[in-house]
Amino acid sequence: MISKEQVQHIANLANLSLTKEEIEKFQKQLGDVLEYIEILNELNTEKVEPTFQVTGLKNVFRDDEIETCLSLKQALSSAKSKYNGYFKIKPIFD
Amino acid sequence: MKLNQLTISEAVIGLKENKFSSQELTRACLERIEKIDKKVKAFITVSKKTALAQAEEADRAVKGKNVFERKPLLGVPVAVKDNFCTRGIRTTAGAKILEDYIPVYDATVVKKLKEAGAVILGKTNMDAWAHGSSTEASDFFTTRNPWDLNRLPGGSSGGSAAAVIADETVFAIGSETAGSVRQPAAWCGVVGFKPTYGRVSRYGLIAMASSLDCPGPMTKTVRDAALVLRVLAGKDRRDATTSFEKTLSYLDKNQIKIKGMKIGVARQYFFEGINKEVVAAVLEAIKVLEKQGAEIKKVDLLDPKYSVAVYTVLQRSEVSSNLARYDGIRYGNDRTQFGEEAKRRIMLGTYALSAGYYDQYYLKAQKVRTLICRDFERVFKKVDILIAPTSPSPALKIGASAEDPMFGEMQDILVEASTLAGLPGINLLCGFTKDNLPIGMQIIGPQFGEDLLLKVGHLYQQITDWHKKRPVL
Repeated sequence: MISKEQVQHIANLANLSLTKEEIEKFQKQLGDVLEYIEILNELNTEKVEPTFQVTGLKNVFRDDEIETCLSLKQALSSAKSKYNGYFKIKPIFD
Repeated sequence: MKLNQLTISEAVIGLKENKFSSQELTRACLERIEKIDKKVKAFITVSKKTALAQAEEADRAVKGKNVFERKPLLGVPVAVKDNFCTRGIRTTAGAKILEDYIPVYDATVVKKLKEAGAVILGKTNMDAWAHGSSTEASDFFTTRNPWDLNRLPGGSSGGSAAAVIADETVFAIGSETAGSVRQPAAWCGVVGFKPTYGRVSRYGLIAMASSLDCPGPMTKTVRDAALVLRVLAGKDRRDATTSFEKTLSYLDKNQIKIKGMKIGVARQYFFEGINKEVVAAVLEAIKVLEKQGAEIKKVDLLDPKYSVAVYTVLQRSEVSSNLARYDGIRYGNDRTQFGEEAKRRIMLGTYALSAGYYDQYYLKAQKVRTLICRDFERVFKKVDILIAPTSPSPALKIGASAEDPMFGEMQDILVEASTLAGLPGINLLCGFTKDNLPIGMQIIGPQFGEDLLLKVGHLYQQITDWHKKRPVL
């Protein structure tokens, strides 16, 4: 069973804010799911390569040439907070 | 017959022969939506103005010489799952975080539909971020199953499936990461086609699990699914995971040599616990194909429970990465607006990828994924296709998915393995339960076996008429 501290740590990594109730609920639910996943250990994967994706494709490149992209106006169009052609964000430093 | 009840094939013939206009066809769908969608709730956004404008443009273009060769879907209305970016039309992925997001670009799938002349009716409801197999997990509302409004349509492409069977649209587009096209297709009784991973571009499809997501058509007939696939398939320079494999003119030659075709039936996909009526209907459908000359072979496949575990880890890991971009800065609301299911999945994914746990969970799951791929490769040396039930049960009642952290995975137990291996699969309606609920069977093929699946499915629909049934609304 994962600890409440671990749940809080994961929430911090994932930049999620959880209430006390949510931490407790997720602690149990995550624990249940992790228990189920243990069945993977029934299979021997020694010397088996992982499959990260099934296409087998590698290094799909294009020429390093500038193409049309979104205009500044388009790029900012969905932002709730903008200023002078920039995205406005919370300060990183005090 | 009302115009909105037509299939793509019938609509195109009617438009070519000037029997009706695209505007009349589009209006018939819009009127149907107005009449019944308050009961079915398939649509999040109905784009009435743009649809009629597109229809008007289609009616002008219809007069052009050989225009249907260049624009095979000209004038035909389509409903698009709300995780495909549609320029200028709100796109939410069923999630509150994107409740007012208006994309400035079209997904490649949408671009191709438009280039083929299709008319976009609107965006359909889905489980938020595609996390689910019920459409109950939409942040907005639950879509109802048109066969029984107290039941779920399945998910996450539940809105698309419901819209098709309710004749609110001529066809729809869904997406599948593990069952999200096939399972709602089974619960609603429509054709749901999941192509091989990499066959159709994911550019502009709001990402869930990047190594698994597949756009796919949801249609009234297999022929319609083939027509849509012809438009959607192909390499896209904007999606580096799309395949260089040549596309085909799917279902070009109708006749398939079913005699001697080897159909694999795996007992692991007919396990104790699957609804008995579902099993009976699927076995009956297999017999129908056997009577046509197919050879039924018993095969063994890895227990699907392993794919559930693999999928659970991989999907949530990739989700935790893909949902990291929703910071409320460039678009959408901030991360406090994530629903519970999304938070749960992000949490599990973050854990599985975190330092100290990566090898135990993510890496292990990817290795088992290799075993699953090899398992199918082995079986496809002995048989041409596999047939199994799509879903362990028919449509469940509203509320069934609540508070079960692995509801989706268990509902999708029969489709997860083929998804992990990137294989194509199609759901076909093959019967009804005594409660008049649709029963779906799935046909799974080897990589890039789309044409084979479509041919077998088309043949099945020529010798049975399940696909003609509609709910009474």
